Amino acid sequence: MASLGDLERSVMDLLWDSTEPLTANDLRDDLAALGTDAKELAVTTVLTVLARLEKKGLVERERSSRPHRYAASSSREDHTVGLLNEALGTAQDREAVLARFIGGISADEAASLRAILDSVKSA
Amino acid sequence: MLLTSYFLAALAIALAWPTPLALSKANWTTRAPVQAVLLWQAIALGGGLSMIGSMLVWGLTPLGDDLISALQGGWRLLNGDPSVAYPGVVHLFALSTAFLFGFHLVLTLIRAAWRTSRQRAKHRQLLRLLSNPSETRPNTLVIDHDMPVAYCVPGISQSVTVLSRGLITQLTSEEQQAVISHERSHLDQRHDLLILAFTAWNEALPWLPTSKLSLEAVRQLIEMLADDKALEKVNRQTLLKAIITVATAASDVDKVSSTNNSSNAELVGMPGGEVSSRRLQRLLTPVAPLKPLPRYLVLTCTILLLVCPTVLLVAPRLLAR
Repeated sequence: MASLGDLERSVMDLLWDSTEPLTANDLRDDLAALGTDAKELAVTTVLTVLARLEKKGLVERERSSRPHRYAASSSREDHTVGLLNEALGTAQDREAVLARFIGGISADEAASLRAILDSVKSA
Repeated sequence: MLLTSYFLAALAIALAWPTPLALSKANWTTRAPVQAVLLWQAIALGGGLSMIGSMLVWGLTPLGDDLISALQGGWRLLNGDPSVAYPGVVHLFALSTAFLFGFHLVLTLIRAAWRTSRQRAKHRQLLRLLSNPSETRPNTLVIDHDMPVAYCVPGISQSVTVLSRGLITQLTSEEQQAVISHERSHLDQRHDLLILAFTAWNEALPWLPTSKLSLEAVRQLIEMLADDKALEKVNRQTLLKAIITVATAASDVDKVSSTNNSSNAELVGMPGGEVSSRRLQRLLTPVAPLKPLPRYLVLTCTILLLVCPTVLLVAPRLLAR
């Protein structure tokens, strides 16, 4: 039996790759098709994972249809960008992650750095 | 006691304003980042101690000749002993201010620690969904993005280094080694705790401009410390190239922030230019490390800054005799 954390990831991967919202049943079938250890997966487990993801704001639930259908709240790329912004200190709170290799710099500084880089390379 | 409280107040003022100002402008710090970081910590700690201490000692003056007897006097007063004279409103005010200020500092630190750990937890959670463990390096996650980025997420039980795919493709393996040793030393030396303390200090005293100054200075210094550690593994040129490649790519950060429309000025809100220029200058034209004599001098100052307020607080009569 996979841990809830692993399941969260598999479910998010499926939702991100899917072009349309999926039901818990769809997801259970897809998960079962993915791996052997997900065979005995119950739909209630999938629903638990979905509820957790919804609480974290990663998944949105379409309540208009029965059964409910689920979709990722934003794309994988957007989340990646969010993470990187946090890491680069461009997010609102700069202390969140800290210790990035180097922070954001201005365009002018970038230009002078490129000049330095060229001189280092030719040296 | 009175003289001691005046001395502590003078020390507090010196450590709150002129000392940090001078240190932030000093050039030797880039030559001895370890000692400089220690000194910054002593200034903040010694400053806080003498600030609280001066008010505490002054407030307790009417109650006894030293801290212990004054505290005993205060306790007897609280218990309604008629032989102890009531210290008066001004002294009570100083005492309350000392206690409140102490609480304020501790609470701000706790709040900052709690907030940071919550944000890191959230970040880790997303990382678990968006990154893959590196196949070649332990404790390293790879995130799928073209921009070369490297950072680390410190944690109590487990710290991870995060690299972007762009970093792996755009940097040579030697340059990657430079980046990774740099990040590792941030984790190994627990720079996150240092930054946490100075962030809290800055948050607790927003009206004190030098608290921001010290945070920035410590930020710069830990980068230098990490660079020095990386230089044990790779040569100067490699590290320099790695820094510049990553930094120039980071200037294209606008491309990354699809939702964030803030101006570039805000993106680089903190004096990151200063950080990188001082840091780069140090790598471009290396200067010899500080000689032993001045280094020990700095170390002595550091120790004195911590010992003086502590000793005076416990034994205020030392100064009276």
